[in-house]
Amino acid sequence: MNVNIVLSLVAVVVLGALAFLGGSAPALQGVFGILIPYIAFVMFLGGFIWRIMKWAKSPVPFRIPTTCGQQKSLSWIKHDKIENPTTGIGVVIRMALEILTFRSLFRNTKAKIIGDRISYELELWLWLFALVFHYSFLAVLVRHMRFFLEPVPVCITFLEAVDGFFQIGLPIVLMSGVLLFAAVAFLFLRRIATPTLRYASLAADYFPLFLIMTIAGTGMYMRYFLRVDVVAVKELTMGLATLHPSIPANIDPFLFVHLFLVCVLFVYFPFSKLMHAGGIFFSPTRNMANNSRIKRHINPWNPDLPFVTYEKYENAFREKMIEAGIPVEKES
Amino acid sequence: MDIKPEEMIKIHNPIPKKSWMDTPPDLSEGKFCYPAKAKTMEYLGIPNARDWSPADEDWKLPENWQQIIHEGFKDRLDKYRSLKVFMDICVRCGACADKCHFFIGSGDPKNMPFLRAELLRSIYRNDFTALGKLLGKIGGARKITPTVIKEWFSYFYQCTECRRCSVFCPYGIDTAEVTMMGRELLSLLGININWISDPVANCSKTGNHLGIQPQNFKEIVEFFCEDIEEISGIKINPSFNRKGAEILFVTPSGDAFADPGTYTFMGYLMLFEHIGLDYTLSTYASEGGNFGLFTSSDQMKKLNAKMYHEAERLGVKYILGGECGHMWRVVNQYMGTMNGPANFLEVPKNPITGTVFENSASTKMVHIAEFTADLIKHNKLKLDPSRNDHLNVTWHDSCNPARAMGILDEPRYVLKSVCNNFHEMPVNTIREQTFCCGSGAGLNTEEIMEQRLRGGLPRANAVKYVHEKYGVNSLACMCAIDRAALPPLMDYWVPGVDVTGLHELVGNALVMDGEKERTLNLRLEDLPGAEGDSDER
Ligand code: HEM
Ligand code: SF4
Ligand code: SF4
Repeated sequence: MNVNIVLSLVAVVVLGALAFLGGSAPALQGVFGILIPYIAFVMFLGGFIWRIMKWAKSPVPFRIPTTCGQQKSLSWIKHDKIENPTTGIGVVIRMALEILTFRSLFRNTKAKIIGDRISYELELWLWLFALVFHYSFLAVLVRHMRFFLEPVPVCITFLEAVDGFFQIGLPIVLMSGVLLFAAVAFLFLRRIATPTLRYASLAADYFPLFLIMTIAGTGMYMRYFLRVDVVAVKELTMGLATLHPSIPANIDPFLFVHLFLVCVLFVYFPFSKLMHAGGIFFSPTRNMANNSRIKRHINPWNPDLPFVTYEKYENAFREKMIEAGIPVEKES
Repeated sequence: MDIKPEEMIKIHNPIPKKSWMDTPPDLSEGKFCYPAKAKTMEYLGIPNARDWSPADEDWKLPENWQQIIHEGFKDRLDKYRSLKVFMDICVRCGACADKCHFFIGSGDPKNMPFLRAELLRSIYRNDFTALGKLLGKIGGARKITPTVIKEWFSYFYQCTECRRCSVFCPYGIDTAEVTMMGRELLSLLGININWISDPVANCSKTGNHLGIQPQNFKEIVEFFCEDIEEISGIKINPSFNRKGAEILFVTPSGDAFADPGTYTFMGYLMLFEHIGLDYTLSTYASEGGNFGLFTSSDQMKKLNAKMYHEAERLGVKYILGGECGHMWRVVNQYMGTMNGPANFLEVPKNPITGTVFENSASTKMVHIAEFTADLIKHNKLKLDPSRNDHLNVTWHDSCNPARAMGILDEPRYVLKSVCNNFHEMPVNTIREQTFCCGSGAGLNTEEIMEQRLRGGLPRANAVKYVHEKYGVNSLACMCAIDRAALPPLMDYWVPGVDVTGLHELVGNALVMDGEKERTLNLRLEDLPGAEGDSDER
């Protein structure tokens, strides 16, 4: 069995059990329900900003966009203004497509060698499930804002209505939670089913998957099976949001598991690969215009370097140049 | 090559049982590039020069090598946001994995771009991140050892810096950038390869990678002119190092040195003569290519500096650049930044058509395909494409012009104007998705022929497809490394396909003022419909 998988799973289980025990002991509920959430929130925000600052501190010495279409050139040649942008607007559109639609992942192909031929088939499962995962995560996150806002904004109620649209029965099944779980499960299965990918995967690749799977799982468990007292939960969360925290009675230990794992996710976020969420905005191959021939890009540390000048060159070859009838600066 | 193509394409490379961190690289003969010679390295001022072999157990690393790597790494993290971001944000989704020609052709998992980058990233985590320090191997971190250095050497010289992986990565992570940093770090330990350092040294000494001295450069070009006279009856007298010319023309020295690049050079000369261009060649800036790109940004800058230096000395208005791949990455993405501003030059304008090349307003260097496309569009060239009728052509987009510039349709326009039979390769293998020749970034060296043939497999396989389907027999390109690397690749995988430069085809089709009836093409072979051909009928 793969150690990276086992250890990640064990870590999530241990963390969950810890929260369950803590949540069951009234003396520790304050720690898991109040102290840790605050710490996690601060570490998330602080960590996120720290990471961004760290990236921003390093300059971008060269203009190195990866061009994925025709450059701007002669007036009659159709310029691909988005995949090979020369202006800020082009870059913004390119970035928006990357971030909102995962444009580059949409190119994904699978190379297969059959006999003496290599074929490249479009392979969009990764794109699809990645997109489902991120959008359902976003929807769940936004929906959770109902716990922290009073009155609940209309947009959240509306989102919930859309989310529950396809379902009847009580409680209404919200699609985003189910999709989130399914998408994470797919991402995990894909990772272990592809031998090369499994070979190169680290614990850091499994851990967030297990973590989010468990968060979504406990959430759904609370909603559909445990039917936790939502009013009590809202009392807790509103206390946190208004900085008058208290632990209401009647909070199920599972809520502490759910909440604690969310806190773990928040703390883990800025120090892990999950920071790709911020990093994509800083990727020089995507966020730069291909205009370095039009407008000079400045490298703040451009070094002054001695090179072999023409003078040195002529000094080395003068005789031969004169003999060959090549013009020289100095005749001897 | 001992292995037959039918065997080589059966890629079987079982995934090692042990973790990749514990799997040492294969550095047996044939699996590595020969190292740079001590005296070359000394000439270039690269530290820790010594004579050694990658096959040796002991690489004679300098005493404080760990410290050198650590500090060199830190220095680069502080200088390059790209490196810092790329070290942090890869999610190992694997989308880039089978996009790399070396992975497709070898099946070696460490040739998956993201695992190639992990080789560096694991050290980054250990040296520069808290989580890596805390968790060690479980956190994806490992300490640097001589074996890691060997692994870097092996795999950073199995990457042609082609950027194909970057096209498919959802965050645009460019493993070429990681490879460049990895090679720079190795260079700090005096680890470099001969095929790159020799050309770099030559280029600074003689002005070009091949070490051609001024008088020989002139002789070579004059020799081309004799051939041109034989073919067309027209005598050309190009000038060298001539002050006051309007344009300085710079092309990779490979075009002057080896077939089939030489025919492309002849094509340039014929074109310029025909339109009466006021240009000059330089024996000092006689290299458009820049092997510095494959070593370090410093070497790149030093070699590139000569172009502007010479343009200023000669007092030309702007620079016209020949067909080359990595040269154009340097010109487009580095030249202005490194050695500009070129305020002594003017915004390039085609003297024949009056077209102003706004897209090179700052760098003031125009690509010959842009230039020729403009001439053809304005009907300034009389062309007889039927002279290329014996050719059935396909177009190879070179990595750098495609993915670090985007010059895709200009050469296609020229190509379609000068030949009648043209077929594209499959869509996943052209334009921004083009496949590397397998020999770029300084890997065009004999001793790793198997690796090159494997890396070139995806490209060759696409050519094979159009060869079988449409009878394509000519692979056109605009890159000097391609013109050297593709012929052996074709001989191995797709015999019967020849390699040609764009301006060779232009030279053939061009009907020059006052030329005689042509019976020979630029290769001095009979033209279709001319004597040789009629014999067969
Ligand atoms: C990024 C963070 C979070 C993720 C990914 C997440 C995920 C989920 C999911 C998937 C569900 C399933 C049911 C549904 O679709 O509503 C759920 C339910 C729930 N979550 Fe979260 N959650 C997060 C943060 C939080 C936070 C901060 C709280 C606050 C205490 C919380 C409290 C709850 C509760 C009480 C439920 C049950 C709701 C009900 O019964 O309607 N979650 N969560
Ligand atoms: S595609 Fe990008 S994020 Fe995915 S594994 Fe490759 S480098 Fe990492
Ligand atoms: S740059 Fe090219 S050769 Fe290097 S890892 Fe990426 S795809 Fe492979």
